[in-house]
Amino acid sequence: MGLKDFFKNRQLKKAAKQQIEMPSIELKSIPSDETLCTLWTKCQSCNQLLYTSELKKELSVCKHCDHHSRLTAMERIEQLVDYGTFIEIDYDVLPTDPLTFSDLKPYKDRLQHAEKSSSAKEAIVTGIGSIDNQPVAIGSMEFQYIGGSMGSVVGEKITRLIEKAIKKRLPLILISSSGGARMHEGILSLMQMAKTSSALKELHDAGLLYISLLTEPTFGGVTASFAMLGDILVAEPKARIGFAGRRVIEETIRQKLPKDFQTAEYLLLNGQIDMVVHRKELKKVFSDLVRLHTQNDKKFFFNDELVLNVKDTPLLAKV
Amino acid sequence: MKANIVPLDFEKPLNTLSKQINELEQKSSLVNGNKKLLIDLKTEYEKAKADIYKNLSPFDRVKIARHPQRPYAVDYINHISPSFYELHGDRTGKDDNAIIGGLIEIDGQTIMVVATQKGRNIKENQKRNFGMPSPEGYRKALRLFQHAEKFNMPIITLIDTPGAYPGLEAEAHNQSQAIALNLRELAGLTVPVISIVYGEGGSGGALAIGVANRILMLENSVYSVISPEGCAAILWRTREKASEAAKALKITAKDLYELGIADEVIPEPVGGAHYNIEETCKNVLSSIKKHLDVLNKLNGEELRKDRQEKFRKIGEYIQG
Ligand SMILES: [Zn+2]
Repeated sequence: MGLKDFFKNRQLKKAAKQQIEMPSIELKSIPSDETLCTLWTKCQSCNQLLYTSELKKELSVCKHCDHHSRLTAMERIEQLVDYGTFIEIDYDVLPTDPLTFSDLKPYKDRLQHAEKSSSAKEAIVTGIGSIDNQPVAIGSMEFQYIGGSMGSVVGEKITRLIEKAIKKRLPLILISSSGGARMHEGILSLMQMAKTSSALKELHDAGLLYISLLTEPTFGGVTASFAMLGDILVAEPKARIGFAGRRVIEETIRQKLPKDFQTAEYLLLNGQIDMVVHRKELKKVFSDLVRLHTQNDKKFFFNDELVLNVKDTPLLAKV
Repeated sequence: MKANIVPLDFEKPLNTLSKQINELEQKSSLVNGNKKLLIDLKTEYEKAKADIYKNLSPFDRVKIARHPQRPYAVDYINHISPSFYELHGDRTGKDDNAIIGGLIEIDGQTIMVVATQKGRNIKENQKRNFGMPSPEGYRKALRLFQHAEKFNMPIITLIDTPGAYPGLEAEAHNQSQAIALNLRELAGLTVPVISIVYGEGGSGGALAIGVANRILMLENSVYSVISPEGCAAILWRTREKASEAAKALKITAKDLYELGIADEVIPEPVGGAHYNIEETCKNVLSSIKKHLDVLNKLNGEELRKDRQEKFRKIGEYIQG
């Protein structure tokens, strides 16, 4: 039974009995595919149909199989940061095509397509927000934007965010979801690994907290640079995290890899991360970790500039 | 004697009395003669108890220290802190479960706790390796010490281990270096470090998380360069002489206090910590607070110096 048939059946039944689960909007005709996609979401893991608005309320965690589905960069920030406190920075740092790169398609076209098809202007959104009234510098990657790949813009925005955290003495939270370095910017992408990591060295020496959240999927140059350098490393359940991709490894070593290979749980077992945290616990855990890491430090101060006011906040665009 | 407690050999007479008392008490109506018998038995029990626990030999204390129901690190952590955020792994390939560590809170101060942890049963001990850490366990500990130093958190280490794990992989991964590095790095920290030996302080495996400003020992814990059995096997040429070795080695909390190694002996309930875990944890917490109060007043350089001087003074010799 296709999605459309499913809906048709439901409509027929509607006449017979009082609708309980159906949305309150009137369905005059069979909804278009687009409407179906917005009203209902199919769980990527168990294939159950989920009512989209309900799924959102559950932080996009499937109520049947607990699958944590992928979030956009802004959804992630909304879930973690106190309502109305997020101020985006460096939204005007935009990509260019330094190598005039072209594969099957010119990089320029890919950039254009990415901007249209994703909810962000590059593969990361950065800014300042509060978690239970504790200000933090936060960056959240956008996987929809060319696989969350790190090119010059991602590297630059992360580095600026780190510099801001140092200047304002704020804890830093980075949320990764990325296939790795962006090939289309060649060696410039590779060097973003060094650029972000050297900024993190300054942050570390300044005695500031950095919590890295690894989400499905985090790979390559992102894992091998800023994502693994957190003071505390947190991953979401079953997120795949690694350096090389599974297929590359299987082809290289000519062996089948275990099913749980490169999952968050596998990393925990192998001493690589501190904890695996369910999405519903994330905000509390982050809030506690920030408090636990700042309450002893008398040097830590609350910067007046960062008293965040709901009224002044350019609210969470494009969600 | 609590019914659910596994008696040690020297507690057998108590156990017999306690069973008789229980049987009598369970009879719904007591004739007068039985009532008197019950009172007599109880008096006898109290007397035997006082006798036995007043005259514990060092090896009896070893047995209490190793009692399978003795509270372990997680029990202390759960009793002394409202929350525990466990941090896992050495970041390089292993999470050794013989060592646990993470963030706790005492009076609104964040504290890094690092501890050795034994298992309660065979399954748990497969995971915990009987509380014998591997090099990766010590490297996890070091990572957490450095984390505490960065974030200005006092460190509390809780020690109960037969020793560092003697194994092939442990040697291949350089057990010695892992221990040695911890000794040096702990010495240099500028945050307060308090170590509490709560069970067996098994040689280098214990010291690797025990270079502290204050070393506290629970009344029935022991701390030694070698296990009594190991020492007996080498010097007496039979493990049977473990009791003699335990006495000769001076391994009890009282011994270490007298030798100037332990800074305080934390009292345990009569019979040992496992008879009243709540009370034991309360004693441990109040002792921690007392020492933390003093150490919190020192600055980083003073703390480092205080710790180094503590160890600088240890050793007996004559000269000239
Ligand atoms: Zn599902």
